[in-house]
Amino acid sequence: MKLTKILMASSALTLAGSVAFAESHAMESPVAGEPMADSMTLVSWGGAYQASQQKAYVEPYLEMNPDVTITWDESSAEAVAKLRAMNEADNLTWDLVDVVASDAIRLCDEGLAMEVDHDEVLAPAPDGTDASDDFGDLIVSDCFIPQIVYSTTVGYRTDAEGWTGTPEDICALWDLENFPGQRSLERRPIGNLEWALLCDGVAKEDIYDVLETEEGQDRAFAKLDEIKDNVVWWTAGADTPQLLADGEIVMGSTYNGRLFSLIVEQDQPVEMLWDAQVFDLDGWIIPEGLPEERLNRVMDFLWFATDTQRLADQSKYISYGPARDSSAPMVSMHAELGVDMAPHMPTDPANSENTFLYNYEWWADYRDDLDAKFQAWLAQ
Amino acid sequence: MTDATAQDKIAGPTPDTAIRDAERADGPMLAADGRPLKKSLASALRRQKIRALLLIAPLLIFIMFTFIIPIGQMLFRSVENQIVSETLPRTVAALDGYDSESGPPSGEVFAALTRDMVVAAELKNHTRLGSRLNYETTGLSSLFRQAGRGVDDIGEDYTDAFVDANEAWEEGETWVRLLANEGWIVASDEWAAREEAAGRGFDELPPRFVFADGVEEALPRTTEMYADFAAVLRTEDGDSPVDEEPWNIVYLSLYEDLAANPDAPAAFEGAEAELLAEAAEIAAGLEPFDYTAAFEEIDEDWLGEDVWGTIDAFSSDYTAGYFAASADRKLTPDGIQPVDEDQRVYGTLFLRTMLMSLGITVSCIALGYPVAWLLANLPLRTANVLMILVLLPFWTSLLVRTSAWKVLLQQQGVINDILVWLGLVSDSNRLIMINNQFGTIVAMTHILLPFMILPLYSVMKTIPPSYLRAAKSLGATNWTAFWRVYFPQSVPGIGAGSILVFILAIGYYITPEIVGGTKGVFISNRIAYHISTSLNWGLAAALGTILLALVLVLYWLYDRIVGIDNVKLGG
Repeated sequence: MKLTKILMASSALTLAGSVAFAESHAMESPVAGEPMADSMTLVSWGGAYQASQQKAYVEPYLEMNPDVTITWDESSAEAVAKLRAMNEADNLTWDLVDVVASDAIRLCDEGLAMEVDHDEVLAPAPDGTDASDDFGDLIVSDCFIPQIVYSTTVGYRTDAEGWTGTPEDICALWDLENFPGQRSLERRPIGNLEWALLCDGVAKEDIYDVLETEEGQDRAFAKLDEIKDNVVWWTAGADTPQLLADGEIVMGSTYNGRLFSLIVEQDQPVEMLWDAQVFDLDGWIIPEGLPEERLNRVMDFLWFATDTQRLADQSKYISYGPARDSSAPMVSMHAELGVDMAPHMPTDPANSENTFLYNYEWWADYRDDLDAKFQAWLAQ
Repeated sequence: MTDATAQDKIAGPTPDTAIRDAERADGPMLAADGRPLKKSLASALRRQKIRALLLIAPLLIFIMFTFIIPIGQMLFRSVENQIVSETLPRTVAALDGYDSESGPPSGEVFAALTRDMVVAAELKNHTRLGSRLNYETTGLSSLFRQAGRGVDDIGEDYTDAFVDANEAWEEGETWVRLLANEGWIVASDEWAAREEAAGRGFDELPPRFVFADGVEEALPRTTEMYADFAAVLRTEDGDSPVDEEPWNIVYLSLYEDLAANPDAPAAFEGAEAELLAEAAEIAAGLEPFDYTAAFEEIDEDWLGEDVWGTIDAFSSDYTAGYFAASADRKLTPDGIQPVDEDQRVYGTLFLRTMLMSLGITVSCIALGYPVAWLLANLPLRTANVLMILVLLPFWTSLLVRTSAWKVLLQQQGVINDILVWLGLVSDSNRLIMINNQFGTIVAMTHILLPFMILPLYSVMKTIPPSYLRAAKSLGATNWTAFWRVYFPQSVPGIGAGSILVFILAIGYYITPEIVGGTKGVFISNRIAYHISTSLNWGLAAALGTILLALVLVLYWLYDRIVGIDNVKLGG
């Protein structure tokens, strides 16, 4: 009873806070006053992530614009193929699509996503810094509007049998002697090849140069060969947490938000190995070819949903780092669990001592080739 | 004939009369109404056919539009390749007769590529082509992306030279006065006035650009690029070129025209002739542009054999490249070559898909046959209960059933736990039953089992039990009675069940994806990957076409060996 009251009070406070912020927010979206469609279809990933978007900015936006209806479509995983099909059928039913950065680059290359001027369509930081500076390097494509930074990292069971010591770095994945047991890795070359080279003694800054050569690729696959028989390959983000909870595996890679809910919400004996976490980004793209009124609605929503406060609010619901520099200091408690979120963010200084930045442009080139090799290697 | 003679007395024509008439007259056989019988029959049949066709027309049209046409279109993608010649028309034309072994192509090809890339970059088509060609040669994606960024600067020096000499060259209006037809200028002014009057929401496109007479002969390169410039401006921005400064490549083209033909200004009159004469003088003082060097500066890989070999090999409108890739081969300038051994995957996957589907079919027969026999021979009441047990999983979601197998089969799963508890397996050596071929076969056999049981049951239901009793009464043992009498009659059910199970299995994708691990996945998983992740729809279509062809071949073989008449889905 008491807890409910506290929770209610705190959420009322949050609500009041955000409403107050919205009122004091002097800058209006650049399309304010223009004719706008009164419905919008947002595409996202479903699950906890979509729920965080719903609470952090869709609900507040709907409160400010009661006439608007927002429909969710949980199709982000197939967004690229579906957008291409919609484009060919000339029947665009989506207004704003949440995709990972590499998909955004692909959609931009295919001409399926709209190029935007980030300073024009996104709100500046509260201190007046331009949006493009506030987002900085995270704007990896002209079509991409970043929302969060997440990472692929390794979680391990703390009660694994027959272990000597605790895993300290990413190479524990390869240390079958000290940490015997099954592992899980994502069934794609991205990330795994980098880790393999890193543990084969290649310096972090040279990895992509090495991976560009035939010998480097062979070297990475040879390193993966060492643990191939002990690896379960996952395709869905929920696989590793499930396998860890079942005791099927003793360590495995997945998105940090999934591990957060496994550890904090489900209270499983699992720890996170932040070492060599691979950063990735997720954000919005606007599909190319929206009619003007729908586009205006999207622009109006985007201006609000990606501002500093909204991105900081999102981190109350999920442990993904806000993409704006200016949002970082505002990260606070989890809205329901009351856990301080900062230490669970992939961008937290303690967690990001050794991080790995995914090289999008490099992978855009090498993805097809290495994927064929990876599949052939798996089939052997 | 006697009867017929008797009937002859009946008044009025009868079919027989007609035949007789025909025989007598030695003319065409006539129907009762006096028309030739053949025609009459044909028209009656035709009417019947049309009626039948009309009856099935709604279904036929529905299937055509929702099934046959989309599938046909999808399959057609496996050979389609217009993207190269549509995005780089000039380059493809200039490449005619190019041999990639003789090093990078001539400057002329690079000049054509520059022009194509400027247009493609404006239309944002270049990255699309880059990702298409990147399926063939690694690195082309970023090469095209970089070139798209770099090409608008090509020719900047020439722009500066002309503008420095006379600022008028910076004005869109100067170019329009020089190149446009007078009628077009009037139409464009009218359009601009309408736009001014209408304000916001004006969406009429400006008139299509028309050159003045003789301009195209005098300045061929310039007009060619200017036409593209005007067309892109019109379709992309809805603007008229009157207020826009042309692309750098137009200035470069003007220089090349004037350098090649210093007399070009003579084709013009008045102020335009003067302006052009002045430009011709400037042009005389400029060096020709080195396109090859410009691309080398963007990225030296542009001079590589790989790039040009790929563009050349994929320049035709239709390609066998996707089918080659599906067979672990590669289309190169020297013909079709096998890919490196460490990239061969499709042959293995096709073979595995076939063999595992066969294994699933066999295990479905082995498990389904006794169940169907029981169902067909038990009293109705018990059989109905059993039937519900067969159908229940059939009505359960595919995903739920597959996930359930995960829980059962995994190392910490139910089956392993029981085996350990029984002491049959030690705790450290739990069986690996999932994420491999075993897992896929078990889960898919379970999922497809009803498709085997139902046709078997419906066939067995029609085999009278008295046959078995008769055989036994004649002295056959149980086995002989079953094998010589019962089994041969149930073969059509096995045939129907096998075809259903095998064809369904071959195209399965969700179950192998979830329980198949790495060695238990099918070709459909690769098709799904190319449709949704790599976006290589051409390759997906080629793989799908091959899969379809394989199924049809197997169906034909089945027909030859077993006979398709021997298949029964029901009594």
